[in-house]
Amino acid sequence: MKSTFYILAILALGLLSLGLYQGLVAAPTELTMGNVQRIFYYHVPSAWTAFLLFFVNFLASIMYLVRRNPRTDALAVTTAEVGVVFCTVVLVTGPLWAKPVWGIWWTWDARLTSTLVLWLIYVSYLILRRYASGGQTPVLAAALAIFGFVDVPIVYLSIRFFRTQHPQPVIGGGENSGLDPAMWKALLINWAAFLLFGFLLCWIRYRLERLRQTFEETRALESLLESDVRSAR
Amino acid sequence: MSLGQVTSATLKKDLRLEWRSKDAINTMIFFALLVVVIFSFAFDPTAEESRRIAGGLIWVGFLFAAVVALNQTWARELRNQALDAFRVSPAPANALFIAKAAGNFIFVMVLEAVMAPLFIVFYNLRSVGPSYQLAIVAVLATWALVVNGTFFAAMSIRTRSREVMLPLILFPVSIPALLAMVQATTGILTGDFSPQFWVALLAVYDVVFTTVCLLLFETVLHAE
Repeated sequence: MKSTFYILAILALGLLSLGLYQGLVAAPTELTMGNVQRIFYYHVPSAWTAFLLFFVNFLASIMYLVRRNPRTDALAVTTAEVGVVFCTVVLVTGPLWAKPVWGIWWTWDARLTSTLVLWLIYVSYLILRRYASGGQTPVLAAALAIFGFVDVPIVYLSIRFFRTQHPQPVIGGGENSGLDPAMWKALLINWAAFLLFGFLLCWIRYRLERLRQTFEETRALESLLESDVRSAR
Repeated sequence: MSLGQVTSATLKKDLRLEWRSKDAINTMIFFALLVVVIFSFAFDPTAEESRRIAGGLIWVGFLFAAVVALNQTWARELRNQALDAFRVSPAPANALFIAKAAGNFIFVMVLEAVMAPLFIVFYNLRSVGPSYQLAIVAVLATWALVVNGTFFAAMSIRTRSREVMLPLILFPVSIPALLAMVQATTGILTGDFSPQFWVALLAVYDVVFTTVCLLLFETVLHAE
């Protein structure tokens, strides 16, 4: 287990460095935006990773409500936390790119707003987890996770109708969309690197959560035993 | 007892309690009144401009005021362990949820009926579009707020910081509903655009989240 983790960590480090090189040096400079566009290689992979993690959180929450297995609850809290981290990266890199290209830091456009609302929903999920007490936390959190995930398409639909300014999907968008092969390479390497990095973060966090769960169980058992001993006397 | 009987018994009890104490209604109305007055300092409440921002003001005011009532929904049941008694009884959990949501719906509708004339007077409102549509928007929007609000209040009552928790978990999920109700109201008041899409979105939101609430309420009620 431990050696697999270290091997993967070294691999992630290598991929991240390669991605850095590909994104900053090897990929061609974009015609109109110039070097600013290179933030794209971090922005998009972070977004995809975050969305994937939130999806796993949704599945884990349903699984928890069905099976009540503490492992799925540990997975849910892990993916929500790491997802919020990646979502924060998206929300920070976005404005950094938008200021030079659009001339403004932020605009209330469909995808920006949807991502922000998504971030708000999962932060509220983490707050609920923090403030709920004792054994009911996983159930309450799982219920909120389902509400949040069901809300996402409605958020997107409503805000898309409201206004839109974000660049049209570059990948699989319209006729003039598409990426230079070198850009594709940089993007995919970075995505692989981010996925692996996210996976490793989840791994550590999951282990930590499982330890916490075992600790709490043991403590609860101990106090039960103590009260048994006391009543036996 | 069947679902219908438990629902109507609980609803009647809540309405009678509210009729005699008027706790929720009074605090909600006064709170909404404060919001109306405070907003009038934040924005210029006169003439043409007011019609454009009124939709937002009205619903944000009602949302804040509704939270006051929603927070009291379950607090009542905690006294004398009434909620625990309900949990061990064989009565269907959803009956309790439907009764509580319906009760909150009635309270917030009463609030809106009282506050709407005040908004019209204070913000000098006059609807350009057909105003009967506002009633449809009000019904759909109020249900959108109270159905999730009632559910989330049942969750927040279990946390350490009860009253503070409800808006923190309710507002993010309610954002699309809030956007829809504000846009629909603005569309009707200004006559600039058709509220059709937004009314449909509210209806979808209501159906989707009523279903989710009914599916999950028993689980949350019995969470230990």
